Amino acid sequence: MSTPSVPGGDGKTTAAGGYTSVDSPAEKPEGTTSDASAKGGETTEVAARSLHDPTPSGPALTAPTTGVERTGMFGVHGSGDTSGFGLLVSQPYTPAPAERPYGGYFDEVADALIAAMAARSIPPQALLQTTVANKEITFYVARDYITAFLWAIRDDESLKFELASSISGVDYGEKVARRLHVVYEMTSMTYRRHIRLEVAVDVDDAHVPSAVAVYPTADWQEREIWDMFGINFSGHPGLTRILMPDDWLGHPQRKDYPLGGIPVEYKGAEIPAPDQRRAYS
Amino acid sequence: MTNESTPGGGPGFSTKFAEDFLPPDLQDSAAKYRAEDDGPRRARGTDTTEGRMFTVTGGDWDDLLAETQFENDERIIINMGPQHPSTHGVLRLILELEGETVVQARSVIGYLHTGIEKSCEYRTWTQGVTFVTRADYLSPAFNEAAYCMATEKLLGIEVPVRAQVIRVLLMELTRISSHLVALATGAMELGALTGMTAGFREREEALHLMEFLTGLRMNMAFIRPGGVAQELPEGSIDRINQFITIMESRLPEYDKLLTGQPIWKARMVGVGILPLEACMQLGVTGPILRSAGLPWDLRKVLPYCGYEDYDFEVPTSTDADCYSRFLLRLAEMWESLKIMKQVVKRLSEPGPVMVQDAKIGWPAQLSIGSDGMGNSLEYIRKIMGQSMESLIHHFKLVTEGFEVPAGQAYVGIENPRGELGCHVVSSGGTRPWRVHLRDPGFVNLQAMPAMAEGSMIADVVAAVASIDPVMGGVDR
Repeated sequence: MSTPSVPGGDGKTTAAGGYTSVDSPAEKPEGTTSDASAKGGETTEVAARSLHDPTPSGPALTAPTTGVERTGMFGVHGSGDTSGFGLLVSQPYTPAPAERPYGGYFDEVADALIAAMAARSIPPQALLQTTVANKEITFYVARDYITAFLWAIRDDESLKFELASSISGVDYGEKVARRLHVVYEMTSMTYRRHIRLEVAVDVDDAHVPSAVAVYPTADWQEREIWDMFGINFSGHPGLTRILMPDDWLGHPQRKDYPLGGIPVEYKGAEIPAPDQRRAYS
Repeated sequence: MTNESTPGGGPGFSTKFAEDFLPPDLQDSAAKYRAEDDGPRRARGTDTTEGRMFTVTGGDWDDLLAETQFENDERIIINMGPQHPSTHGVLRLILELEGETVVQARSVIGYLHTGIEKSCEYRTWTQGVTFVTRADYLSPAFNEAAYCMATEKLLGIEVPVRAQVIRVLLMELTRISSHLVALATGAMELGALTGMTAGFREREEALHLMEFLTGLRMNMAFIRPGGVAQELPEGSIDRINQFITIMESRLPEYDKLLTGQPIWKARMVGVGILPLEACMQLGVTGPILRSAGLPWDLRKVLPYCGYEDYDFEVPTSTDADCYSRFLLRLAEMWESLKIMKQVVKRLSEPGPVMVQDAKIGWPAQLSIGSDGMGNSLEYIRKIMGQSMESLIHHFKLVTEGFEVPAGQAYVGIENPRGELGCHVVSSGGTRPWRVHLRDPGFVNLQAMPAMAEGSMIADVVAAVASIDPVMGGVDR
């Protein structure tokens, strides 16, 4: 297996070659399993190319919009509501870029991250946005560079995020551009710090480089994201469904996937299924 | 396909074997696997695309192997599960064996997937508690606490001190009962049935106390965003003290029964080893990580809920085997008792148990009536008879819920199995946009092949027991 070279990698990428899947792939999502190494190399090639290309092809490198547009008081869309609340519209929430000083250890981490990016020749524009909210720091990262970032924060002496606490997906809904997000909750056991990396992709191009070579613990967590959100992790050693049956169609935690349920009769009244009930937001 | 004279079903049996379900044109090839003395326990093979497949339902390995059906197959693949191996839930293991040595081990999960995370998105933030508490059903207080702490982080509110003390009390009580189940089921899987009965006996004490304190033995939904559901009932301190006294007299029995027992040690010492490097790579936390020598306990290293004010130790070991994990769980129960004693002292200080913000705090005052727990009569009288505004407020807060500012938050806490994380996203409405539980059982179970491969098949059982996965949390 040829070693997929990660931009700015420091020779530790051979871990990718030594890793085998925990599960034999029963279902093979296109271009992720048998040709994992080739695909990994390809992705990296793209990443390497865009290092020198000021205008990389693909979606523009901007911070993602998160949150949804909310209308009315009772979720009313269009007419039919005469209360006046139906015309209330709150704009989708977009996390604001943070301004220095971030406070706490966040400045130190951000400085170390920028230094590590320079050392590993990750272009500055790969870090799309930094947000500080709810006493947490989030780095929004360009998709092609996520593995490079993970290598950096794991191995850099002043970062040392050894534990990938949680890798999970979020679907921000049909109206949001690049609605599918992968959220990496990282913990530094050395410095006792916590940061978050986030990658946003389009639903039509739901590919994210796999983190398994950097953090083997990502294996099942990425399989769960594939299963639930349909995000394809290129380079994953065996990207198969994990919670749903192998022959399941669709990805249940996407927002356009129905919850299901039936109305229930209680003391003569009919209670609609949970997703049919009146919503207040 | 099959007719009246189904070969698989002898008189009185309706047992069918794999080959009985082959299409008619393949029945000829199936016939050669049918013997004359077909009984319900006879293992018969059939040719499939995966090679020869045997359906074994009981019987003796010696008899089975003596039938020379396995010819020169050096490796067999056996399927353990997915039925209930103990109280862990439904886990399926696929083991490739060479003799009795496990060459490859794989686990299949998902049998208990209940869509808790998705269901939360269709309920209010407060209702979400009743869902997450059912994820890891052996440590419900932790699920509730992680979820509520993440919600509170988004709301930007501080929970009253007394509510935090009660949370610590419930979490440590749950830790004890969860470790007791880990010990009891682990003992049962290894054939130490007295360990099982003893473990469940003590767990019953813990559940009785939990029922007294919160009203329910499990899935209490007692911890709510903003605090806890209600004040502890009168006489709680006496009951907690009684529990501590009972546990202090019973815990040494585990040492007498198991710690020095030769069979127990023979099954556990040096078995299921997972060194520190492997733990770090696989993201393993909790007793498994501490058994490898790293004193990583979120209560100590990244304190929450006021844990920095409690005096307790983090027991560690460097043996990294099943036996050391058993000892650590035992030691952690003692530490939890120590914390509970300190909680008792703090409980003597009165105070609110829910945030005073009327926009968030649950409006109802609960009390025990003749027909069980419900809204207090006094409160009902007030909102129904005196204050229309209170009634409106109650109605809106209970049916609509409160709005949580848009954004996301992650909280990690130390549950009996490791780091339990809760990642919540709000779109600014009254329902969570996304709730994700990072269950330590899910992450730790990935380490099963690393612990089991190369060992004997019997050691797989000990290794899985020492991981202590609770499938309700693993599959969510």
